Order: sequence, then structure tokens, then C-alpha cells
Amino acid sequence: MREITLSQAVNEAIAEEMRRDPTVFLMGEDVAEAGTPFKVLSGLVEEFGTERIIDTPISEPGFVGLAVGAAMTGARPIVDLMFGDFIYLVMDQLCNQAAKQHYMSGGKLTVPMVLRTNMGATRRSAAQHSQSLQALVAHIPGLKVAMPSSAYEAKGLMKTAIRDNNPVVIFEDKLMYQDKAPVPEEEYLIPFGEAFVKREGRDITLIATSSMVQVAEKAAMALAQEGIEAEVIDPRTIVPLDEATLIESVKKTSRAIVIDEGHQSYGVTSEIASRLNEKAFYHLDAPVMRMGAMDVPVPFSPALEDLTVPTPQAVVEAARKLCGGEMIHAA
Amino acid sequence: MAKAKTNTEDYLRMYRQMVRIRTFEDNANQLYLSAKMPGLTHMYSGEEAVAVGICEALTDDDRITSTHRGHGHCVAKGAEFKEMFCELLGKAEGYCRGKGGSMHIADQSHGNLGANAIVGGSMGIATGSALRAKLQGSDDVTVCFFGDGATAQGLWYEVMNMAALWKLPVIYACENNGYSEYTKTEEIAAGSITARAEAFGIEAHQVDGQDVMAVNALAQKLVARARKGEGPFFIELMTYRYHGHHVGDINREYYRSKDEEKDWKDNRDPIIRFRAHLVSEGIASEDEIDAINAEIEKDAAEAVAYAEAAAYPDVSEVDMHVYAA
Repeated sequence: MREITLSQAVNEAIAEEMRRDPTVFLMGEDVAEAGTPFKVLSGLVEEFGTERIIDTPISEPGFVGLAVGAAMTGARPIVDLMFGDFIYLVMDQLCNQAAKQHYMSGGKLTVPMVLRTNMGATRRSAAQHSQSLQALVAHIPGLKVAMPSSAYEAKGLMKTAIRDNNPVVIFEDKLMYQDKAPVPEEEYLIPFGEAFVKREGRDITLIATSSMVQVAEKAAMALAQEGIEAEVIDPRTIVPLDEATLIESVKKTSRAIVIDEGHQSYGVTSEIASRLNEKAFYHLDAPVMRMGAMDVPVPFSPALEDLTVPTPQAVVEAARKLCGGEMIHAA
Repeated sequence: MAKAKTNTEDYLRMYRQMVRIRTFEDNANQLYLSAKMPGLTHMYSGEEAVAVGICEALTDDDRITSTHRGHGHCVAKGAEFKEMFCELLGKAEGYCRGKGGSMHIADQSHGNLGANAIVGGSMGIATGSALRAKLQGSDDVTVCFFGDGATAQGLWYEVMNMAALWKLPVIYACENNGYSEYTKTEEIAAGSITARAEAFGIEAHQVDGQDVMAVNALAQKLVARARKGEGPFFIELMTYRYHGHHVGDINREYYRSKDEEKDWKDNRDPIIRFRAHLVSEGIASEDEIDAINAEIEKDAAEAVAYAEAAAYPDVSEVDMHVYAA
């Protein structure tokens, strides 16, 4: 099978859906001729024109608001939010407006829009261009949240997101744009709420999102050298969450580590760990462990920044302790 | 008063719609005072000529966005009393199945994209609706209603900029009722409000919001021009709210005098003024107008009784409509 980059996969997904459905359009800062700072959208304006690939002023709440209104009146807008950190700027439009219209109207209004943005530290971009804020939006009923872990997921989840009748936020890891993966030439979609078992194992379950799937896979390979067989599961969407697959795995392995690049406290890892505790408690041989980013603003200095995110080595050490029967009472 | 509509039927419909709004609000206030309505509500009484003058220039395909003080826009855009009162009381037959309440009534079938309880919160939605019309190649116009208080929100300046850049068919209708919640507008708004729109190259107008014919004449012209791609436009409508910020804001002399309220009600009431015009021009007699008023009062009373007796939503609906299928 051919291999393409995550960036090309996103570009292909959007182009295919725009060809298929004339109501799809895209707007954001520097999305047209510039193709975004990461060049993810290069070539789209040449095919679809400035009517459907719309450069906006630097007015995040404004253009997200426009997308909500266009979605409520029959369009399927894709909004490009240049950095995930800018989600704070658009919270009212996303959480008070987009997320609630369907419910507040008793099901009459729908907001079929996609907000594509990014996440991920270690790009030396400091505290306002490095955050992984998926937990903030996953907390809000009415929003769906997808977290692709490779080019394959990026394409299939984007196409599903564009066809979904709800506001969907997609977080792409900005360090993975050039990572290649096998992606079929023929069309496919990845349904929301279906986790993918990336690697099977009997001793411990590593539940990892987005960039952390690579971290978990590396850890699993190292653990295999020591005779510990780790199962790696990628939820692919955290809202909706495929609880059943996660629980089934933990019932088999009796141990789990949840890894996500958002801040650990009150985060995605906490939520998934709690659900496993509630629903698989009597199958557990060790506490479910959370591994998120440190609870600090992302520092600039590489010497500090690299300390803040989960690494394969840290996952290996934690897995060893859990499998060795060492109780962990303080993180 | 300005001349706009010359058709008797149109005049009488405008009159009827204004009275329907006032009557709806009087009943809603009674529901609050008699503790039959959950929560609070914000009365539109006094501002009827604004909603009616503008919405009478629109079709069902044209869209509006509304505010926390939104019953007037809702009625003017074609909503029915029964579903509105049901919504105010949280009943299953309400426009939003009781999930939205007074501050979130949406009536898509008449192009009402909904009231919004975040001040200025619908400015993006209205502008996006206009963008949709432009992308689609339709000539639908969207009117964004908001109050003077909302002019302090940054969102407005962001969306006006885009609307002007892209010549979107949107009309920003600022109902300046003199008060931003419990504070005089002059204390929260520096400079001129129309000049703010003009700074973006948007044609701005100021109109007497208590004169339904003046409002309608202007709205007819601007809507027609917006349909031809000459938008966006801005209108500042000088008006007055008879009640407090909400129905519970009763002792308000610390920010507004009773004399001032009395002056607006006695001398500038949009319904009294329009009624006098209809009679003096021989369009309707006093008796005919009294009959219209009585009929509307009866409709409202029946709708209230219906809503009071109507069922609440089943508990199974609580987690319904979080996500669309």
C-alpha cells in the first residue's frame, strides 16, 4: 500500500469531501494561498477557489461564529484554527453556541461543522503554541472530539467528521504532519466511537491518544524484550468513547496505563482511568495509572520542555512497576 | 410619520403584530408575578415597532437572530402564542420541547435562528447565515438583532469587518433602549455607535424606533438593497424598554426615574401612535381596533390556559438532542 504523510492525508480527506459535497467549505487564517503555516492545505485553493477556501482576518471568535451560523443554515464548514492554544479565544462560540444549539432548540437546529486544530509539545514553541487542550472540549456535551494517531486515522476520521451532523473538534499532532503511514487509495471512513487495538498483549493495557500511541508502541516493544506483553489501544475519538473495547482489554490484562499529552490533572487520562475503575474494578490487579503532561505551562527551554511529556521510557518504568506488583501510592 | 406601506391589510397586520407582542409580554409578566413561570424573562414591551417594522420587510426564507429580550422578534417573525407560552413554562409542546425556555426560543420554520442568552452571542451566527446565503447564491437576508449593551462586545467588530470585506447580506439592528442591563448606555458607550459601523465602511442609519412606519420604510429599502449584494447595513433604532432588565427588576429608581418611564409611555408609545394614525387616516375605526385588541387578548388567554394544562416533557427526554443523528 502507498504511504503518505499525515498532512497529505488531511488534505486528501478535505479535497475528497469538498468534491463530493458542494456545501463543504473551509475558512481560517492563511488557509488559501499560504495553505496554513504547516502547508497542510496547500493546493486546495487552486482546485476550489477563494469562494470555498476562505482566508479570514485574525479574528478567531468571529470566524468560528460565522461557521456556526453557516452550519445552522445548511452548510458544512470546516474551520481551521491555526494552533490548538487559540481554543481559549473561541470558547463562547464553540461551547455556548455550537455545542448547545441542537439541545436548546429541542433538536430543531443542527451545527454540522468541523473545527480542525492541533496539539503537541516539544516543538520549542513555548507555552502559548504547544498545549494539548482536548480535555477542555471533551468536557462539553454536544461536541465530539477526534484524535488521529497516524495518517490513516487522520484521513478516515476527517471524512467522518465532515459528514457528521454535530460540531466535531479534531486535534492533529503538529509534530506528526510529516510522518508517513500506509493509506489506501480507495475511499474509507473511520466510524467515531470505535477504538483500534494497535497491538495485542496479555499483561497490561496501554490506552494512548494521538502522538502518545507512538510512545505506547515504543514502550510495548521495549517491554516485550522483558517478557511483558502490552496491549496498545487507540480510542481514536475520546467523544464518543469506545468504553467497551477498553474495558474488555482491561478485563483480560488486569492492568492499565492511560497516556495522553494533555495536562494530567482533570484530564483525558483521569476520565478514562475513572471509567475503568468504575466498570472493571474487580478485574484489576493494580491501580489504573494516568500519564499526562506535567501540570506546568509548557516551558521553552528544550532542557525543560522534554521533561513535561510522557516518554516511552517513563511508560516502560510505570508498566514494570504495575506488572511487578508494586503498588503506586503517589505519582 | 413616514409613509411606507399603503396597503390597508399591511397596516393592520403591523398593528396586530405589535399588539400581539405587547399582549404576549403582559401575559408572560403575569405568569412570572403569579409564580407560574420557572425562572425569569426579559420584556420587549415598548420596543414593538422595532421588531415589527423590520420583520414585516422579511420573508420566511430571510433569517433573524434574536436576544435574551427576544419574544418580540419571535412573534414578529411569525411564531404562535401556544408554542411560545408552552416553551416559557417548560412544556413538551414548546418550540424547543421545553429545553430552551424564554431565552432560547428558535422557530426555524419562520427563519428565526433563535434567541441567544449571551449578550452579542448571535452576531457570528447571523453573519455566518449571511455568508451561507452568499455562498449558496440565494438572495436571503439575515437580520441580527442586539441591544446597545452588545455593542461593547468585541465579537461585533470582528464580524462587521468580515461582513464588510465580503459584502454579506446582513443587517445589524441595534435596539438602543438606553440601558445596558442596569446601566445607562451613555456610561458604557464612548463616541457614536453609528460611527463604529461606518469605520468599517458600512452604511449606518439611525431611526426613531417608536415609529413603526419609519422603521419599516427603512427596513424595506435596506433589505431590498442587501438582496442585490449592497450590504451589509447597520441601523440604530432609538427605543425604550418599559420594564426593568428582567421581570424581577422592579425597584429601579436608582438607575432610571419613574418620570422618564412615564414620559416614554405617555408620549412615544409605538402602539398608541400607530393606532392614532390608523384612525386619523381612516384605515380603521376605534371600534375595529378595539375588536382586534380583544381578539388578541382572547387568543393569548387561551394559549396561556393551554400551556398551563400542557404536559411537561417526559423524563426520558433529558439526554435526548445532545447530539444530532
